[in-house]
Amino acid sequence: MSSTTTTVESAAPPKSGPRALVRRLRHRDEVAHTLTLVVAASILLITTLLVYELWINSSLSRAKFQWAFLWTKIWDPVFDNFGAAPFIYGTLITSIVSLVMAVPLGLAAAIFLSELAPRRVSDAIAFLIDLLAAVPSVIYGLLGIFVVVPLVRTTIGPALINTLGYVPYIGTLFRGPNYGVGFLTAGIVLGVMVVPFIISVSREVLLTVPREQREAALALGATHWEATWQVVVPWARTGILGSVFLALARALGETMAVTMVIGNDPRIAASLFAPGYTIAAVIANEFTEATGDLYLSALVELGLVLFLVTFVLNGLARLLVVATERGGGHA
Amino acid sequence: MNRLRLGWRKALNAIMLSLTGVAALAVVSVLFLILGYLIWNGGKSLSWDFFTKLPKPVGETGGGMANAILGSLKLLLLAAVMGLPVGLLAGVYLAEFGGKTFSFVVRYTTDLLNGVPSIVIGIFAYSLVVLPVKHFSTLAGGVALGIMVIPITVRSTEEFLRGVPGTLREGAMALGASKWKTIATVILPAASGGIITGMLLALARVAGETAPLLFTAFSNRYWSSGWSQPAASLPVMLYTYAIAPYEDWHRQAWAAGLVLLGIVLLANLGTRLALSRRGAVRSI
Amino acid sequence: MIAVSPGHNAAAARLAPQMSIDEPVTVGSQREALVRFQISDLNFFYGSKQAVFDLHLKIPANRVTALIGPSGCGKSTFLRTLNRMNETVRNTRFDGRILLDGQDIRKMDVVGLRRRVGMVFQRPNPFPKSIYENVAYGLRINGYRGRLSELVEHSLRRAALWDEVKDHLHKSAFTLSGGQQQRLCIARALAVDPEVLLLDEPCSALDPVTTAKIEELMFGLKDSCTMVIVTHNMQQAARASDFTAFMLDGKLIEHSETSKLFTTPSDPRTEAYITGRFG
Repeated sequence: MSSTTTTVESAAPPKSGPRALVRRLRHRDEVAHTLTLVVAASILLITTLLVYELWINSSLSRAKFQWAFLWTKIWDPVFDNFGAAPFIYGTLITSIVSLVMAVPLGLAAAIFLSELAPRRVSDAIAFLIDLLAAVPSVIYGLLGIFVVVPLVRTTIGPALINTLGYVPYIGTLFRGPNYGVGFLTAGIVLGVMVVPFIISVSREVLLTVPREQREAALALGATHWEATWQVVVPWARTGILGSVFLALARALGETMAVTMVIGNDPRIAASLFAPGYTIAAVIANEFTEATGDLYLSALVELGLVLFLVTFVLNGLARLLVVATERGGGHA
Repeated sequence: MNRLRLGWRKALNAIMLSLTGVAALAVVSVLFLILGYLIWNGGKSLSWDFFTKLPKPVGETGGGMANAILGSLKLLLLAAVMGLPVGLLAGVYLAEFGGKTFSFVVRYTTDLLNGVPSIVIGIFAYSLVVLPVKHFSTLAGGVALGIMVIPITVRSTEEFLRGVPGTLREGAMALGASKWKTIATVILPAASGGIITGMLLALARVAGETAPLLFTAFSNRYWSSGWSQPAASLPVMLYTYAIAPYEDWHRQAWAAGLVLLGIVLLANLGTRLALSRRGAVRSI
Repeated sequence: MIAVSPGHNAAAARLAPQMSIDEPVTVGSQREALVRFQISDLNFFYGSKQAVFDLHLKIPANRVTALIGPSGCGKSTFLRTLNRMNETVRNTRFDGRILLDGQDIRKMDVVGLRRRVGMVFQRPNPFPKSIYENVAYGLRINGYRGRLSELVEHSLRRAALWDEVKDHLHKSAFTLSGGQQQRLCIARALAVDPEVLLLDEPCSALDPVTTAKIEELMFGLKDSCTMVIVTHNMQQAARASDFTAFMLDGKLIEHSETSKLFTTPSDPRTEAYITGRFG
């Protein structure tokens, strides 16, 4: 032992007693630290591996089709010619329809829950809506097939054709044969599935708007609706937008419910009543049937596209929701 | 002041405010609609056979989904064994040990993983477990579900650990407990209620997942023994039966839906009620 | 009844709650013109808890009336009944009569009432809009057409803010300092030309210099506007108001000219408060 250490450790013998105990404990602390750190790092590993596998397994397809994959309209397994365009189109259209339905509905419900309903009623209803978010996709699909499809075929479809079908421009969306399955039905089912997300996040954001904002508007002689719509909602608009992005990201990745009601036809059609296909749906349907490496590789490439799009959207959504939490309505 | 304009403003006020109430009512009624349809159609088809018999060959009526129920249980077990410990330990790291930048990266990646569509996770599990051995397996399905369990568990674990009051921590440390001892004997037990409910919620969530199983565990008309055979699961059976042209299969699909939803809702209801009694609010 | 103690001016003793607005009201020794607000038998309840007891008060027109008293004495609650702002809180109610220029405010349309009786809050709460749009908001919802810019300028001048903001009216209101934001809120409230302006501790979040500016502009507003200000700051009440009402535990203890209340208060509790013995 050198003389320096003896001065420090002169209080107790090094091999036993309090000092050794502390050393053992610190050792265990480090074990715990290292263990949990390694596990946390494994999440990074898993995610990196995921991206890697997507990249590697789509290499055949990427090499053959390059960027044209994204706008090629043909999906022909027989002649090994694959293009993502019909699926990108279908994914976008169904998601847009779902938002057109879910955003007004969701925002209105969120306003009701944050502005009008007494706190306990609001909490109870929010609880029920959270339950709605927990319903599995395949059950939405089940109800989609046996409830929504007949509804679109017999009631909603004809109603839309007879009203909006005659309006110029928009009318093209509502023409053509209506079998009940198609973009519209998928959009409706998706809309119902994502509305709980919009309500949940928007309600929370609206509840954080300072009371004085609403009171200031009311004190100027605004009606309750005017104060809510012109002052409270704008204050929360960043967070509400974040909820829309979150909902969109969910809608894009939804598989089962969509594939059960969309008709599974890789075609780009103007009418909302036409059957279509989404990225997630085609992967679900054809992955196990894919003969040939190029076919499978094309499907994996579709998965890669979906992954990237949802990644960007989720990132934006989180940013927006965090921005509201921090800065309030100063945007 | 313009009296006509005021009248119009008040009318608009009444209309818009009522519409918001209608919207909330509409959304809530969807939940009851789903429940109603499932109870009505599923209740009719639910029988002892459903829980005990194997599926009959295509075209024959009758049979049940006993193998799918067992398959789902096996898959959940795998998912729990693989995903929950990872989620728990990573959550402990983030809440108790994390350095600033690394924690940020881990959290960001966890959120990223959470947002990955489940079908893409299925592709990942396929390439990891199915491709090398060239056959579907229960294990592959378990891996896919296990990966999905991780981000949900990490988030809830971290949340509840952070929720433990600082006074509890300080009390333990003042008595001379080391960091890991404080965590193991004081903090984890204090947060255990919330952490366990978080885990149950994660499992309830993946119990209903279909897409990642389509090409990992695939399906099976019979019992699957061990872990390396393809296995039937409740959601996949539901899907297969629902899109098929047979009335009898539709009947069974409704029954499967009722059972599945029953499990998921009960788990959610139970855990959320337990959570809210603790004062914690769970957001999506 | 207004608290009367022996030795109070005989004229004040003649005051009865049921006077009409055309009769000149006399508070203290001065003869004033009209009564803007006439409050009688006011009892206010939050659920089952009573916050204001048997309050009788006349608010004279075109003057500044200050409400003082310790925390929790009910002065803010009372202020907010004057524009029925308490209705935004669940489970509140009040008994009694509040007349604005002779009309019962409960029988009035609340939207119309609030346009006539404006409010400035404790902390500045500008909307997340531009300076211009903040002031214009009240005008827009009430349907004023044309002349918007003129009215905005006029309001900003009345609030003594015009010179500071005239070159960047379209910047966000949040680029202003706290004191400027509060004056913006005053301009916003003034834009709809209210007869009465209620101010709920408007300077409590502001520094002394800004506070002085606001008191100055209140003085300039008197001719066109009746003001009721709740304040914790007795020096402010003494400086800026013509009449002061002292409240304690939900009751009105004393109400008279400011100069009189602060130099020779009639009630011992008033004296105790203003000399700092409690509250």
